Amino acid sequence: MNPLRALFEKPWQRTPQTADGLSVEHSQALEHPPQKTALMFFLGVVGVLFGLFITAYFVRMELDDWRPMPESQLLWINTVLLFFGSVVLQWTHSRLKHGEASSVKAGLLLGGLLTLGFVYGQFAAWQDMRAAGYYMYNNPANSFFYVLTGIHALHMLGGLWVWTRAGIRVWSGTAPEKVGLAVELCAVYWHFLLLVWLVLFALLSYT
Amino acid sequence: MTTYIPLADQPSELHDPHTFIAKYVWSQDHKVIAIQYGSTAVFVGLIALVLSGLMRLQLGYPGTFAFIDPSDYYQFVTMHGMIMVIYLLTALFLGGFGNYLIPLQIGARDMVFPYLNMLSYWFYLLSVIILLASFFVHGGPTGAGWTLYPPQAILRGTPGADMGIILMLLSLAVFIVAFTMGGLNYVTTVLQARTHGMTLMRMPLAVWGIFVATILGLFAFPALFVSAIMMTFDKLIGTSFFMPAVTSLGTNLENSGGSPILFQHLFWFFGHPEVYIVALPAFGLVSDVLSTHARKNIFGYRMMVWAIVAIGALSFIVWAHHMYVSGMNPYFGFFFAFTTLIIAVPTAIKVYNWVLTLWHGNIRMTVPMLFAMGFIFTFIHGGLTGIFLGNVTVDLPLSDTYFVVAHFHMVMGVSPVMVLFAAIYHWFPKMSGKMFNVTLGKIHFWATFLGTYAIYLPMHYLGLLGVPRRYFAIGTTDFIPESAQQLNANITQAALFVGVMQLVFIFNIIYSLARGPKADGNPWEATSLEWQTPDTPPHHGNWGEKLPVVYRWAYEYSVPGVKADFVPQNIPPEEVEMLPGAGKYVDRSEVHG
Repeated sequence: MNPLRALFEKPWQRTPQTADGLSVEHSQALEHPPQKTALMFFLGVVGVLFGLFITAYFVRMELDDWRPMPESQLLWINTVLLFFGSVVLQWTHSRLKHGEASSVKAGLLLGGLLTLGFVYGQFAAWQDMRAAGYYMYNNPANSFFYVLTGIHALHMLGGLWVWTRAGIRVWSGTAPEKVGLAVELCAVYWHFLLLVWLVLFALLSYT
Repeated sequence: MTTYIPLADQPSELHDPHTFIAKYVWSQDHKVIAIQYGSTAVFVGLIALVLSGLMRLQLGYPGTFAFIDPSDYYQFVTMHGMIMVIYLLTALFLGGFGNYLIPLQIGARDMVFPYLNMLSYWFYLLSVIILLASFFVHGGPTGAGWTLYPPQAILRGTPGADMGIILMLLSLAVFIVAFTMGGLNYVTTVLQARTHGMTLMRMPLAVWGIFVATILGLFAFPALFVSAIMMTFDKLIGTSFFMPAVTSLGTNLENSGGSPILFQHLFWFFGHPEVYIVALPAFGLVSDVLSTHARKNIFGYRMMVWAIVAIGALSFIVWAHHMYVSGMNPYFGFFFAFTTLIIAVPTAIKVYNWVLTLWHGNIRMTVPMLFAMGFIFTFIHGGLTGIFLGNVTVDLPLSDTYFVVAHFHMVMGVSPVMVLFAAIYHWFPKMSGKMFNVTLGKIHFWATFLGTYAIYLPMHYLGLLGVPRRYFAIGTTDFIPESAQQLNANITQAALFVGVMQLVFIFNIIYSLARGPKADGNPWEATSLEWQTPDTPPHHGNWGEKLPVVYRWAYEYSVPGVKADFVPQNIPPEEVEMLPGAGKYVDRSEVHG
């Protein structure tokens, strides 16, 4: 979505791209459904949130008492899980977009399970670290590790809540086309959180 | 063929509520939510007002009131500041007026996400309850000052360092969640639910101010959220994000190595935009009030819009002017003094444009107009002292004195409150369908306007004398003369007077709701859409059968040749009644909007 174009669009007009075969559902009638606009702003908010955490990380890192943590191998597996979760949701979305609704159940289920695997894996990484004696209060590097992964996992859980609602709708018999928007929003949100995670992972690994 | 229904019309979201609870408690109607937000904010604001009265009692008559000890005093200061800035001003401008005015002024039936809007209010209420709960826990509310600077905010010895600070941080986090839900709703609604013809450059300035302030809030509150989270861990788990090595009451604490200045940067990265989160809606609302009651178009509409946007953008790069005395790198000061003075440029443009709007206007001295003009005075006053304090060399000696208290109360306290009163009196007839008592309104204005000057003008002088702020009692010093204490007592008398006079306002509102004369749908003969609703107060869905269609900007007043001295936004050009021999109506939107 081009933010400048969104600024100057005339929301009371039908946009040329969607002029044919328009659905009556008002949110579908716009080129940018309001849920999508709100999600874009929300991603901005989340981006600022993590940006500030990362800034604080860099500032705090410069001080004397910083002792980097060892890297957990589990994080690599988790990253792969989240990557495929994101890919599968994107695949589900593009299949739906091309009118192939048959795979929506499988796609949603697989994408969600991979993500649940990621969240569980992050939790397991915490357990490993604690077992190895790296507690949150020992060192600022540890504190940041737990806070950053924790906040990120909470955002993932928030996404899974939307995913659950979409799943309930699909399984209770709503036509798959009607959850198209929810699937698309999930896919976008997943990509964004994957990106955030990759930045965090790089930060935690290389500093 | 399917018909296209714009988002402003909200066909699927509009289920008319019938039960009392659905209508007034768990309401999804933006007008009801606005009033819920507004009355909750005014309620906590009154608590904060009482707290300031107690502070002034102590300062004016030190040693007289045995029930105020130093801990209480700091708790009053902290809660007064936090409540006023966040839970009153932010909530009332955005949650209250934002909710009420956005859909009505852009011609929508409701917000785009009514359910989220309802959640936003209930989260806000929850945050208020958590905040007020801290008065009743062991140790009382936090007394760390509204900026909550670590390390002292969470160390023993600071009042409320046990439960008080935790509840404060929790309450802030909940507030931010509430704000984010509301904020996403406001921006989406402004962008996508405008009625036919309502281009961005035809929107009333009130909507512009609220819109840009909301964007600021969305991107600034995360900084407070981040600092609240990290400070909570410092307090609860013993991490050292912000906590340096500290010896507290003879024992070495476990924390070490943290950076208190990091907290200050994060806090003010939120804290300075916060000033404009409050100021921009105030700028917008006051522009509409001034233009309407001066019967003149706002001077330089486009300039006003761009000034709002420019101030919003600049507000993110001035934060460290709050930190000249914090021990940060002194060279930062040059940069931040520079940006701070630059932000005065668009702000001054706005002030000139307000004054030029009044110039040769057909001014009606109504109660909202009095408050709006009062705002111009107090804002110029507070703004000018801001230019003093923006300069590092002037700020250093004045930073810890009453000069700063006087400055920010003029610019951030009195000025927005003047606008709030102007806005409440201006929109009260639309919100309630009743007219307020004008005499009581005028008494309220003069008492508040002159009274606040009696409070804050002498404070500048005390500050220049070197009277320090944040002190429970000044005691005797070599550099502060006896007479300063007399002035302090006088300030207290004025403060108590102003505080008590707010009861006139509360009485006026309650009395007028019950007994006030019925108000006309458009008592001020205003042009913007909210005054053109078929019912007053507007019913659920706002517009009856058909949405209004907008033909021009919101400032078509005193147009030459037109019979009435205002042309509402939704009157088609061919229906505008002209004076005999005046020719055809020419739409000035092409020129201005």
